[in-house]
Amino acid sequence: MTRTFTCIICPNGCEITAQYEGTRVDAIEGATCPKGADYVRQELTDPRRNIATSILVEGGELPLVSVRLDKPIPKKDIFRVMEAINQLKVTAPTVIGQVVLPDVCGLGANVIITKNVAAL
Amino acid sequence: MNVERHQAVVVGGGPAGLAAAIQLREKGIDDVVILEREHRTGGILRQCIHDGFGLTRFGETLSGPEYAQRFVDRAEELGIPCLTDTTVLTLEADRTLTASGPAGLRKIQGDAVILTMGCRERTRGALAIPGSRPAGIYTAGVAQEYINLRNLMVGREVVILGSGDIGLIMARRMTLEGAHVKGVYEVQPYPSGLPRNIEQCLNDYNIPLHLSHTVTDIHGRERLEGVTISQVDEHFRPIPGTEERVDCDTLILSVGLIPAGDIANGSGLAVDGRTKGAFVDEHYQTNLPGVFSAGNVLHVHDLVDFVSLEAEALAAAAAEYLKQGSLPPCPLEVKAGKNVGHVIPQRISGKRGFTLSLRVRQPMKKVTLTVTQNGREVLRRKFPKALPAEMIQLAVAAEKLETTGDLEVSVE
Repeated sequence: MTRTFTCIICPNGCEITAQYEGTRVDAIEGATCPKGADYVRQELTDPRRNIATSILVEGGELPLVSVRLDKPIPKKDIFRVMEAINQLKVTAPTVIGQVVLPDVCGLGANVIITKNVAAL
Repeated sequence: MNVERHQAVVVGGGPAGLAAAIQLREKGIDDVVILEREHRTGGILRQCIHDGFGLTRFGETLSGPEYAQRFVDRAEELGIPCLTDTTVLTLEADRTLTASGPAGLRKIQGDAVILTMGCRERTRGALAIPGSRPAGIYTAGVAQEYINLRNLMVGREVVILGSGDIGLIMARRMTLEGAHVKGVYEVQPYPSGLPRNIEQCLNDYNIPLHLSHTVTDIHGRERLEGVTISQVDEHFRPIPGTEERVDCDTLILSVGLIPAGDIANGSGLAVDGRTKGAFVDEHYQTNLPGVFSAGNVLHVHDLVDFVSLEAEALAAAAAEYLKQGSLPPCPLEVKAGKNVGHVIPQRISGKRGFTLSLRVRQPMKKVTLTVTQNGREVLRRKFPKALPAEMIQLAVAAEKLETTGDLEVSVE
């Protein structure tokens, strides 16, 4: 089978065409760097994404603080992870990199703070 | 009114202004001050919580706030004074700024003034969409601020007009927050956002993208109830008979960004009608001596990494200007040739290398970019594709240039 992918690893957004059978990749064309081929292999076997959202913060100069995952999770688990993140609440001040939920849904990724929110 | 004087005054504490101020200090300019309208520096990155920032500048993928914090921290380490809650109202040709802040009105003059005010979004008014004026119509950036900073959800059934990157990012963001994004409608026959955002923000969530379509009517009195969508012809005129009503409570506009250079109106600053930003030379100096411009106020970028890099290049030149009192004259014009929408810089010296930025007019595959001078090729580069959504940047080496003769940039 042949499928064309838009690589999302960097802003170049290479169009990569792959020939494959099931999870066996026979040929990859169009990637301008090695990461493109890795991306396509990952997409064909186990597509993963990072997600970013925000959670409530108490006593801060803003009502919300942004968070993301420190590594990508399977695409199919995105909404399950969003549900888990939506339960979270932190107290100001917050610091970039602070782990608010380790190993979210047992997927091996941590939910980390991405903004310094000062306490009021 | 007393006029405060500084070596360098930076207008705007977003990614461009912070990078410029830091670089000026690192180049030995001690008296640098930043004027920032908001309560904190960092600019629009405060609400860009998605990742993908920093790949070029830092070699890793960060969220917007994390990217900004690196510059905020460095500016603090260097002790760069930053007047926040301070809005610059006007710039005059003698580099005097009038600013309104917590201490009232003040006048500040810089030996160099650095314009890094960023850009703003086009609105419904700019498009002149007919219909009623209910609540529920937002620009993508406003929706992003409400959702990401203020904990306010803007709506549940969403239509997005325009395929700019912020609209695509918001399609995904609203989907994650439980909204139903019914579709993205783009008047052009091609998307205006980056291909990776089409992939990871729309395709990942099965959000349809309708090209050559636009909103031709708006329905609802108090709150938006629906929009009429029409297909358009090659001149962007709605095709009668293609109207279709789509029920929604929210319309998000992602229909373009415009450099926010208003403070310079009346200063005599020359503006390029194509970029809506200043005309600059290879030093990012405008036609007003000592006034420099970079980042999204100069021309709208796709990526903050290139905003930072451009502002740093500006700062290197501005530091030289402050130390030497002048920069080499730039009499040669850089012209946008075939298929090129605009170029930055518009003028060069012909004696130094420079960074050329441009956008193509329409999507093309397997293209060759050429820069010519006096009928001779200065540079030739092949690209597998060229899209209006992707700014092209490349270095032009000094050795290849002659000191007379305009340059022309073409893509075929």
